[in-house]
Amino acid sequence: MTIPDGLKYGRSHEWIRTEGDSVVVGITHYAQDQLGEIVYVELPDVGTAVAVGDELGTLESVKAVSEFLAPIAGEVLEVNTRLEDEPNLVNDDSYGDGWLVKLSGSAQGEEFLDAAGYREFLEQESA
Amino acid sequence: MHPWVGAGPEDRRHILSELGLKSIDELFASIPAGVCVDGLDLPPARDEDWIRRTLGEMASTNVAMDSMPCFLGAGVYRHVQPSIVDAVLSRAEFFTSYTPYQPEISQGTLQVIFEFQTLISRLTGLDTANASLYDGATAFVEAVLFSHRVLRGKRDVVVVAETIHPMYRRVLDTYAEAAGIEVAVIAPGNDGRLDPDKVHETAGDRACCVAVQSPNFLGIIEDLPQLAAAAHDCGALAVEVVTEAVSFGLLAGGGSFGFDVVCGEAQSFGVAPGFGGPHLGFFACASKHLRQMPGRLAGETVDEDGNRAFCLTMSTREQHIRRAKATSNICTNQGLMALAATVWLEAMGGNGLRDLATSCLARTEELKRRVTAIGNAWRLAYPASPTFNEFLLIGHGSGTELVERLASEGVLAGVPTTDWGGSWPDGLLMAVTERNPATDLDALVSALEKLS
Amino acid sequence: MKRRAIRSEPLFFERNSRRVRRQGYLLPALDVPEVKPSEVLPPELVREPDPHFPDVSEMEVVQHFHRLSQLNYAVDEGLYPLGSCTMKYNPRINEETARFPGFASLHPLQPQSQIQGALGLIWELEESLKTITGMPGATLQPAAGAHGELTGILMTRKALEARGEKREVVLVPDSAHGTNPATATFAGYRAQEIPSADDGTVDLGALDRMMDETVAALMLTVPNTLGVFEHQILEIADLVHSRGGFIYMDGANLNSFVGRALPGLMGADAMHINLHKTFSTPHGGGGPGAGPVTVSEALLPHLPVPKVIRGEDGFELQWEDPASIGQMRGFYGNFLILVRALTYIWSLGAEGLRSMSDVAVLYANLIRHRLNGAYHLKFDAPSLHEVVFDDSIQARHEVHNVDIAKRLLDYGFHPPTMSFPLIVHGALMIEPAESVAPDEVEAFCDAMLAIAKEAESDPELVKSAPHDTPVGRVDEVRAARNLVTCWTPEETE
Repeated sequence: MTIPDGLKYGRSHEWIRTEGDSVVVGITHYAQDQLGEIVYVELPDVGTAVAVGDELGTLESVKAVSEFLAPIAGEVLEVNTRLEDEPNLVNDDSYGDGWLVKLSGSAQGEEFLDAAGYREFLEQESA
Repeated sequence: MHPWVGAGPEDRRHILSELGLKSIDELFASIPAGVCVDGLDLPPARDEDWIRRTLGEMASTNVAMDSMPCFLGAGVYRHVQPSIVDAVLSRAEFFTSYTPYQPEISQGTLQVIFEFQTLISRLTGLDTANASLYDGATAFVEAVLFSHRVLRGKRDVVVVAETIHPMYRRVLDTYAEAAGIEVAVIAPGNDGRLDPDKVHETAGDRACCVAVQSPNFLGIIEDLPQLAAAAHDCGALAVEVVTEAVSFGLLAGGGSFGFDVVCGEAQSFGVAPGFGGPHLGFFACASKHLRQMPGRLAGETVDEDGNRAFCLTMSTREQHIRRAKATSNICTNQGLMALAATVWLEAMGGNGLRDLATSCLARTEELKRRVTAIGNAWRLAYPASPTFNEFLLIGHGSGTELVERLASEGVLAGVPTTDWGGSWPDGLLMAVTERNPATDLDALVSALEKLS
Repeated sequence: MKRRAIRSEPLFFERNSRRVRRQGYLLPALDVPEVKPSEVLPPELVREPDPHFPDVSEMEVVQHFHRLSQLNYAVDEGLYPLGSCTMKYNPRINEETARFPGFASLHPLQPQSQIQGALGLIWELEESLKTITGMPGATLQPAAGAHGELTGILMTRKALEARGEKREVVLVPDSAHGTNPATATFAGYRAQEIPSADDGTVDLGALDRMMDETVAALMLTVPNTLGVFEHQILEIADLVHSRGGFIYMDGANLNSFVGRALPGLMGADAMHINLHKTFSTPHGGGGPGAGPVTVSEALLPHLPVPKVIRGEDGFELQWEDPASIGQMRGFYGNFLILVRALTYIWSLGAEGLRSMSDVAVLYANLIRHRLNGAYHLKFDAPSLHEVVFDDSIQARHEVHNVDIAKRLLDYGFHPPTMSFPLIVHGALMIEPAESVAPDEVEAFCDAMLAIAKEAESDPELVKSAPHDTPVGRVDEVRAARNLVTCWTPEETE
């Protein structure tokens, strides 16, 4: 399981990368593995305001649909439009080109884990 | 013991002993006594002869459409039924098989659905069609709800022509309140057609769709290009409803004029009238809206060796995966009816379908001419408006009375508009198809003359 | 035994590539004056001929569909143990009666004096279903089970309105079929999931907490999707009713208790019946179904229109009723499907119907007995007509339920239902129904046991299945990513 350092992680299997006063959000390698091959990604409109835990969008595999939730409150600044034609990027490059959404705001709280913390969290989950 | 229950008494005893049980009753111990019953108050088992006799008697008390010259339409039409349609439908591999969730052993069904989708797409002029819906009325409702979804629920008004089949509109009313939409109805003009200006007036900037039927309930062909433009001017989706699918043989589908959805009833394509069901709803839309489209969908793909194969796809829109967020709660398509339509259309062929539609048109024009020539008691309600194979005839008396009197003259003359209230006169809707030879027209005309 | 070679069949649009004119059907001769369409119809609306809608001969059509049919497995071929689908025999006598001209060639808008037999049949079937369920009212209008669900929930909504109430929530067990929450949403409610207890039935404690005056109804499948009867059904119904709610019963599993128990005694307010499951009407490759709904006294006034009423002079259709929810679809129901169901019910009779359920339950328990141990049984409550195993034993060798299903195809069986209910991960939901002979059930068990062994000794064989089907494992991911839903001329070029 790839869990890069330098990113923060949420307990719903999202990763967060800070870029100035905004954050980029995606799903972890573990999450995409659980979902299977993604065939479609539904992304929010730019400008949408979200609260923590709001549904940002959905990820569809052939047999299932999963929501991904807003890890922080903020406004949607940008969405990864490449995913419209290449939803497989979420599987193939979860932490890079498979990013989902950019939100204004920051991920300061203690509810976010670092790489080691997330690895531990995964181990506990599967126990 | 019964032929349709696979285990006889001895089989049961054998299995029970294998399970270490004394009686089948033990297997039902988990059902609380308070809900149990010891058998049903129903008659005993009946043999095939009894069944044929009894159900045969029930059937023969009905007056079948083929028993006398028949001009019934109003949403259900009597067209040719090639013998091969039923022969193919009767193949056990088609009618006793299940939904093709295991594509490796259902390529027959899947390819049929793919061909059906393609045929509907080509006929409607839109690039995507689904695997069918229950019937024309529910397809219409689905189209309205689809429009609501495509516009993200931001517009709650739905504009519909009064000349959409009144029964379809009744069904829409049932769903509208629960769906949170408001239905605004536009009456036709004096020519029986929808006025595009009225569309602008009614839709304003509040409508998510403008729906019209063509040929409409009165049999009249609408000005589709203008109506699509009017809908789009108002920022609404344009929906065309078709109840007589054979009209596609001569009339281009709404997709060619900019309609966003073309939907309706395909019963005319080889599906028995069957006293109203099962019929065959169809739905086509532009592929950019595919994700909002209800119903099943077959897609083309490959197998692991690169051979072409088909499978159900985009199931994530459907209820069994999306559950509370499904686009609809439709579970079945009308698989067997879609098969019937596919066989029927492929037997007709493109040119054959055109010839069939032309035959309907020719006979209708001839009947209109002959009825108008009787003069006196009978006249066309909309003599100047273009029709395909159906028109409204007015006489002395209500439509219901006229139907009864003409029936006693040995003609199934049409469907009365008496109880289908709307901005149109009380008369008889008459449909003419390729199955009405000149002798049928003779019989109808002389019956009308008698009643003059 | 080897199969004989069958040629792969091109699409209809790929036939007759030179687009030569042939004739597939001879139309009745034109015995009225010809017309030129563009002179009679508005010329801008006339269709351009479609060069890619071929004309082929009659035999070409016959061969096309014959070859396609050979690619399908079907109930007539062998066991189709799909849980929740009740794949039973589709009797041929049903096919005869449904084709009587007095039924098949009848127009729904003919005068009532001309359709008495048809109205009478509807009335008879309603009466039979009322007897079978022990409930006082019925409608045969819904086109399928899901449609029946919507009808039931809309009647509930109307009943609450009549009381001056407007509730917002419908409770749905986490084991429910996806149509249930989809229906609730479609009807304008919010579907709220209610958890199952450890034995797979509804958690009464959770129900007690969740059932309040915001809840319109609880939707229940009885027995539930694990094949387990809600043993606390009376307590559940009491709880819901006492707080002003309604019980909606999904009748998908009715095949397990006909003649043994009555939903009317279970407190059901509305229950849909899948005629294409319990009452043998054919699945047709995906439809048509029929989903009649039987109702309690409380919902009786709200049945859809038109209703069939029996008067002194015969039967008539009642179109208007302000208390009704309205009309749910065109006309009166999937009538020709109703003909088949009544044929079935009359053919079996009271005892036949009861033995139908008896054997359905017996066979399911035989399968449970033979496969338990080789496959993991998550909930060990008694099974009625279906049993749910999961793939956790096989998963140790990285063999999952999908693989087991595909390998079953090589043994000549249709696989069970998979991945449903959601509360069982890697589920294999097996419902044999009662039609086949015992040796067919035993052969299925033999095949499943063989596959369980293969999962251990040769997992690759199972994971790479199927090997003996017209096409290999189909790439469903590609189908969803590269959507192609229609043939286009560019495709063939």
